[in-house]
Amino acid sequence: MTALPVPALSEAGTAVCILFILLVPLAGLGLALINTGLGRSRSAAHSMLASLCVVAVAALVYFICGFAWQGYVGRPAHVVTLAGKGWNWLAAEPFFLRGLKLDGSPASLALWLQMLSVGLAALIPLGAGADRWRLPAACTSTALLAGIAYPLFAHWVWGGGWLAQLGANYGLGRGFVDAGGGSSIQAVGGLTALAIAWVLGPRHGKYSPEGIPAAIPGHNAVLVLFGCALTLVGWLGLNSAGAILFAGAAPAGAVLVGVNTTLSAAVAALAAAMITQMRFGKPDASLVANGWVGGLAASSAGCASVSPATAVFVGLVAGILVIFAVELFEARLAVDDPGGAVSVHAVAGIWGVLALGFFGHFPGASGQWLAQLIGVATLLGFVLPLTYGLNWLLDRFYPQRASMEGERLGMDVSELGASAYPEFVIHTEEFIPR
Amino acid sequence: MKLAGFLLLLAGWAIVIFAVALFASAAQRVGFVVAGIGVEALGLVLAFRSHLAIAEDRG
Repeated sequence: MTALPVPALSEAGTAVCILFILLVPLAGLGLALINTGLGRSRSAAHSMLASLCVVAVAALVYFICGFAWQGYVGRPAHVVTLAGKGWNWLAAEPFFLRGLKLDGSPASLALWLQMLSVGLAALIPLGAGADRWRLPAACTSTALLAGIAYPLFAHWVWGGGWLAQLGANYGLGRGFVDAGGGSSIQAVGGLTALAIAWVLGPRHGKYSPEGIPAAIPGHNAVLVLFGCALTLVGWLGLNSAGAILFAGAAPAGAVLVGVNTTLSAAVAALAAAMITQMRFGKPDASLVANGWVGGLAASSAGCASVSPATAVFVGLVAGILVIFAVELFEARLAVDDPGGAVSVHAVAGIWGVLALGFFGHFPGASGQWLAQLIGVATLLGFVLPLTYGLNWLLDRFYPQRASMEGERLGMDVSELGASAYPEFVIHTEEFIPR
Repeated sequence: MKLAGFLLLLAGWAIVIFAVALFASAAQRVGFVVAGIGVEALGLVLAFRSHLAIAEDRG
């Protein structure tokens, strides 16, 4: 097994990296606002509270055992030998961050970034489970994500694991590359969202007995669009810090990362606006918001390794993909995903990972596309069954879905005892048989 | 049926892993990785179809 290089950071580089990490919580805040705005008014307070709680649970579980299993390049790990090559499967750090000095070293910066990133990944399934996912169940499910699925895959990608070493061990380009978390944050979160949507089932009234989906529009487009603005700032920090810590970019490389991230989101949103304008006669605010975040998710993997023109192409395809994926999942596959989390984070994230393999700049290295393809195969063939299995088991012992009465009343009243908007009691009653 | 879908997903991933580990020739490696992804695609189709069947039963 060949050791991967640990990035060296000057004092100024460390300071820049800290500044970027400080921006990352804005991405989480943006996603929380988007999820809340796309849900019903009767579950708005519940959605925001659930966002806070899952971020808190994710950080705590990551502190307890997440980092111990994710680790960082050059630190202790469990390695098995397969056909003469070392396969790095799992980090071997002590629990509770013992053994890691929080001194501004690349490993400590990576820990801090990851503690925030795992919260970001945990926010994604909340969009799919909106209006019916019980708060304690969401927190327990988050503990499984932050303690098992996320650190395991993130170790393979960012902790010097076997995916990262595909280049050094098997000559596949530079190994699996993902600077900003298109796979380990976006796709893992998006596939967990799919598992949650499957486990919970659709909201009552969403599908007629004939399987025709009813439109249940989000309750606040302003929250959604403000959330989009915040996500851009957060993503600029996330992609830039990730590029420095996980892709070996110099701090000055943040300029390219910033340009690529902005272009991808902008083009994806415009593509979504044009498509909805052509199909429905008017641009659809919630789908344009989905396109915007889809562009951000697609930008993450290759933000430090593609040209701005390629970022425009990646964003264009992401914006188009997201619109059709939302429709496919809702209308054809009976996946009730109010926040569009599966389309936005899983589909667009995976597209970004693949696009890097085909269009990324890796001078002197061939086979990058195959390394990226193997990463995607791992997401679909390992992460999805793992995250579905964990949530299915949890649901057997601890039902995740709210009762029908609770859903009818709204998650605010049924779980929190008070509504987010007590003076407004206007909503359609889809529980009355038509 | 959903279980069968997930087993196919895992089987496809196993084919991909062993293709990387065991084959030295690039052509063989690519062929088996693509085959593994094909098996995963079948698994996904099965998983989605079983979800549709469950949704129809509930409806």
